[in-house]
Amino acid sequence: MAKIIVVTSGKGGVGKTTSAAAISTGLALRGKKTVVIDFDVGLRNLDLIMGCERRVVYDLVNVIQGEAGLNQALIRDKRVENLYILPASQTRDKDALTQEGVAEILEKLKEDFDFIICDSPAGIERGAQLAMYFADEAIVVTNPEVSSVRDSDRILGLLASKTQRAERGGDPIKEHLLITRYNPERVTTGDMLTLEDIREILSVHLLGLIPESEAVLRASNQGVPVTHDAASDAGQAYSDTVSRLLGEELPLRFHEVQRKSLLSRMFGGSRR
Amino acid sequence: MKLLEFLKRERKKSASVAKERLQIIVAHQRSQRGQPDYMPLLERELLEVIRRYVHVDDNAIQISLDSEDNCSVLELNVTLPKS
Repeated sequence: MAKIIVVTSGKGGVGKTTSAAAISTGLALRGKKTVVIDFDVGLRNLDLIMGCERRVVYDLVNVIQGEAGLNQALIRDKRVENLYILPASQTRDKDALTQEGVAEILEKLKEDFDFIICDSPAGIERGAQLAMYFADEAIVVTNPEVSSVRDSDRILGLLASKTQRAERGGDPIKEHLLITRYNPERVTTGDMLTLEDIREILSVHLLGLIPESEAVLRASNQGVPVTHDAASDAGQAYSDTVSRLLGEELPLRFHEVQRKSLLSRMFGGSRR
Repeated sequence: MKLLEFLKRERKKSASVAKERLQIIVAHQRSQRGQPDYMPLLERELLEVIRRYVHVDDNAIQISLDSEDNCSVLELNVTLPKS
């Protein structure tokens, strides 16, 4: 049975699309048949992060409106087997998404895939609500920063009330916290919320912690999800996150200041 | 170690200010979770009505809506000043 996971946050620019791309890539690398859907109608970007922007022909809205079949719109990832991307429309507005249309697409995808990752737009409007409505699990992406934490709490409130699981009154959506852009140096100097602070304020189970990393910009520049950069801290942190999502128990990494080795101190420019 | 902690605490770090502010705002947000959208307006208008007769503070009024099986109870708590 396919699992639907929404990647959401409320606030924009915290790393939803980066995380959706990295996590779906990680799942596919472990042999899980995965599709990642961009719900940001009008401002699509998942295609760029996944590096398939020039192969977009049809999109989510085309499928909902019956202008294209699902298989025509799905883009097969060039790097990993088992990974597909369903892009958002760039020209329509967000009202083109309907709950029935989304439900129908998800039902069809469920037959073929193990994981359906929904990349939510920022905000709490229609696109964001539809991205989370049918979810089984939610990954709430949060930066160690006041506005992001507050917005995450708002999103947690919506997950607990405005979703199909909430309305039907069965098992609630399983909520996970993913902290991104964490800077252990600034935490040590007392200028950044600690991961314990964030976990305590939001009281959600911590799925993963991604350090602020140069590898993320390098990855998006190239259109290669950062999970492929297995030598980087962010790549490894996303890989750990995927393992935990699949039920493994792993200790946290990259949450403490890394001591530089003598060699890298001498020669500088250690690749992170 | 104790000395280190003492020295560290001398200046209030910005992260602990952030944490305190967040704890307050998040608690406030959660208290409003699940209540109908009209509640803040209802609260404000009720306060205006009461003020026509008695002068009360903004935070002298507490309003909550509790749902039980087949009815909802609107609870209104107003602290009046001593006359």
